[in-house]
Amino acid sequence: VVELSHDSRPIIGRGPPLGATFLTLALASVALMVADKRYDQLGQVREWMSAAAYPVQAAVDLPFRAWDWITDSFADRSRLREENLELTARLRLANLQLQRFAALEDENRRLRDMRENSAGVADRVLVASIMNVDLDPFRHRVLVDKGAREGVFKGQAVLDAEGIFGQVAQVHAETAEVILISDAEHAIPVQSNRSGLRTIAVGAGDSDRLSLPFVTVESDLKAGDLLISTGIGGVFPRGYPVAEVTRVDRTAAATFALVDARPTARLERNREVLLVWFTPPAAEPADAAAPAAEPAAEPPQ
Amino acid sequence: VRPTNFARRILYWLSVAVGLVLAIVPLPEWLSPVRPDLALLAVVYWILTSPRIAGLGYAWLAGLFLDVLQGMTLGQHALGFVLVAFLTHRAQLRMRMFPMLHQAGAVMLLLAAYHFVIFWTDGLTGHGYTGWNRWLPVLSGALLWPLIVAAGDTLTRRSR
Repeated sequence: VVELSHDSRPIIGRGPPLGATFLTLALASVALMVADKRYDQLGQVREWMSAAAYPVQAAVDLPFRAWDWITDSFADRSRLREENLELTARLRLANLQLQRFAALEDENRRLRDMRENSAGVADRVLVASIMNVDLDPFRHRVLVDKGAREGVFKGQAVLDAEGIFGQVAQVHAETAEVILISDAEHAIPVQSNRSGLRTIAVGAGDSDRLSLPFVTVESDLKAGDLLISTGIGGVFPRGYPVAEVTRVDRTAAATFALVDARPTARLERNREVLLVWFTPPAAEPADAAAPAAEPAAEPPQ
Repeated sequence: VRPTNFARRILYWLSVAVGLVLAIVPLPEWLSPVRPDLALLAVVYWILTSPRIAGLGYAWLAGLFLDVLQGMTLGQHALGFVLVAFLTHRAQLRMRMFPMLHQAGAVMLLLAAYHFVIFWTDGLTGHGYTGWNRWLPVLSGALLWPLIVAAGDTLTRRSR
């Protein structure tokens, strides 16, 4: 008796034809893309699937975190001492500045109260660390280890110690995806600290450059100006540093100047960031015409 | 003893899982654009060796998992995976006979088709990144193909 091996039936003629399966699955993919991108209809599905993905992401993150922990625990005494001295020095300096700022903040708040607008200042923060997981190399997004369970919401502002870092783009149960201000899809309303000029800074897909495409040649802006957040749009709190202008190129023939800025936040991996809660400022009449801080639908050309 | 189809399925899913994990392991910035699509290469290898077990649905699900892990628009990688799986199925009998160099060339074409799908859908969903380095995985994947075949053959030698 010839024993048939499990693999001896003909390939053709078993199950649905290949072409039909392919068409069905391809159409299903396209339908998924449209539902996800155009209609934003897949919140529940995404939640389930990201719950399935979380163990994988956590497993990838774990060895890196363990290594950090080990190197930290076995750090030698002299290094710790050095670090301690440096931190003490920095704290002293920061306290000195704080004394000045406390008075300034009081004054500012009084002035704002007079204008009946004291909101827009961060009132609660949550420290999150960036997970050691690579997303798409050409998008500036990171995964942080706090999610819906800790009350993180979509569109929440994310800061680091040096300035504005980005905003939450997707919330999952245990994690959240943050889009950095340098992502080509991101735009943030800013104001020059020196001249008060308001404009929009969009990401250039480059971690140390933002581009300011809507600055006319006559505008009062020069290299070295600090750009701060305006609070317009209600996504970011007002008055936090965003970037420093590095280059202003004016050509007489053009309407707009070529302006580049360097983000003040350190947009790298392996850092801790702050998720911020604040009461959005009541819209001022002067702000009404300015665009919101939503990520731009189209990348700037 | 011949492994059952069930055991094979588990092996195929495990190898894809390894590929998916390696797709999100952090790499240094300069190396990150070169990262080969290991999950896709695993899918192609299993389709070539046993097309009846590794079907289109398997490829599609693997792509969907990659979408979720990378936080992409759902369906982007799934579409790319299912296209590559379809083309591989069609060319399977011929591709198995190819000498290694020739086979690596065919894999390069498959990877190019895959990355074109990703590039195209990226553009449609508003992420267009047009730098030349987004095509690097096509080359690195083709260069890696002989290794994938060697690893896969070693893994399944006992069962043949």
